[in-house]
Amino acid sequence: MKKLINKPENVVREELEGIALAHPDLVKVHYGPDFIMRADGPINGKVGVISGGGSGHEPMHGGFVGMGMLDAACPGAVFTSPTPDQMLEATKAVNGGKGVLHIVKNYTGDIMNFDMAADLARAEGIEVESVVTDDDVAVKDSLYTAGRRGVGVTVLAEKLCGAAAEQGRSLKEVAEICRKAKNLGRSMGMALTSCTVPHAGKPTFDLPEDQMEIGIGIHGEPGRTRMPLKSADEITEMLMEPIISDIPYKAGDEVLLFVNGLGGTPLIELYIIYRKAYEIANKHGLKVVRNLIGPYITSLEMAGTSITMLKMDDDMLKLWDAPVKTPGLRWGV
Amino acid sequence: MPVHRDDVLAWIKAIAGMLSENSAYLTDLDSAIGDADHGANMDRGFKAVLNKMPEISDKDIGTIFKTVGMTLLSTVGGAGGPLYGTWFLQAGMKTAGKMELSLADWAEALEAALSGIVMRGKAELQDKTMVDALTPAVNELKQALQEGQPINAALERSAGAAQKGMESTIPLVARKGRASYLGERSAGHQDPGATSSYLILKVAAETWKNCT
Repeated sequence: MKKLINKPENVVREELEGIALAHPDLVKVHYGPDFIMRADGPINGKVGVISGGGSGHEPMHGGFVGMGMLDAACPGAVFTSPTPDQMLEATKAVNGGKGVLHIVKNYTGDIMNFDMAADLARAEGIEVESVVTDDDVAVKDSLYTAGRRGVGVTVLAEKLCGAAAEQGRSLKEVAEICRKAKNLGRSMGMALTSCTVPHAGKPTFDLPEDQMEIGIGIHGEPGRTRMPLKSADEITEMLMEPIISDIPYKAGDEVLLFVNGLGGTPLIELYIIYRKAYEIANKHGLKVVRNLIGPYITSLEMAGTSITMLKMDDDMLKLWDAPVKTPGLRWGV
Repeated sequence: MPVHRDDVLAWIKAIAGMLSENSAYLTDLDSAIGDADHGANMDRGFKAVLNKMPEISDKDIGTIFKTVGMTLLSTVGGAGGPLYGTWFLQAGMKTAGKMELSLADWAEALEAALSGIVMRGKAELQDKTMVDALTPAVNELKQALQEGQPINAALERSAGAAQKGMESTIPLVARKGRASYLGERSAGHQDPGATSSYLILKVAAETWKNCT
């Protein structure tokens, strides 16, 4: 294992210390239980929006804490959901009296831990709503699986909900925005390489030089099929077609196109993917009105990409364009 | 003699030692069908439990189990945290105030643990989870109790049933947890949660081998 770390067990703690030193104007870091919250929080009269999940997906979620996005984020160990006490303390810390929204990615551990935290927070008199994102079309949503995984839509939902909360909307309304994003957004990813969890010390799976994994999740869990490597254009088609056919989107729809890097893929390649994804969207009559390109929801150093498409309406466009000031996403300020 | 409070403490310590030794093994199993963190998570959780030992060493068994449960809940994370936390919280409720356990007490505690885990994780038999190891272990324990067997023999049988249950997960297609994303590709691998559950019960049989 070749990594810029000191000790595997100190990875998350030392990352948090770095974030605290780097962004004191935007966030403050609470240790034991660990969470990152807005430097100016809690904000009286504003709905709190929090999320959390395993570490290793940076900048998600901690990098999205700040004005116009998350009020707090709870980092778990690498690829391991955080614990209920983290979410409970974060919920209490950001509660401005109008309730708190939990944005939860659909993974068994995240669901169980957030459920327990929401129960505990409600027992303490805080109004909590939870919305679970499950946008990964690579996973069949059936009674026989844990359901689709929450991936790229989570980033977009955090931005939209953060903006809605900033406008002073109610907990119900902010949660409604989250459900809208969850219902109108779909994603699919692929990997060129595996990744190495620091405490595991070796790659999660083997992927030969000439092979790729289609339908990969964000935890290095193998996808559904493995096949010989193809060209960027062919790969883009293999990701876009299942997304477009799933909702289904219809000609004339306005969409946000998000081409995400999984950690080890450079921007030069992501733009090549974007170029083809844009063309495919156009071919289907979809109008790409906004985009996001870069590594925003990563899987450590994995090489690969995921594509997310979100159908937008006027309200969502305004929320997307609203000012945001976080370590990982910043515009309009 | 029954399972005394000190035997329970010895079991908890032995679990921590066993998990430390088997951390890489459990993580390897998890790499195949999950996300390569089960061994490290359990090891971290029980190391935290070890740190709590001084403050619970003179308490009743219910308090010991409850403390273990709360500690796992706040340190393990993933699905293992709530599930193993639930195991010990439920067992703690059934053993509140007790300084020793009869076979009937232990069977009742483990059955409560299993019910709690099923409720939290919503898994059924053959979903390829820890429930596949725990269910036969509880059934075997109750059977041995009915037959009037001594504690050590009952624990041996219970651990044996858990082992068979664990091995029965190998051909199964996962229907819960991260392994379920793999569909058919999850077959052929032993479930890491069923494995850690079996190991914990095996350690109980070993640690309590003089209990009758």
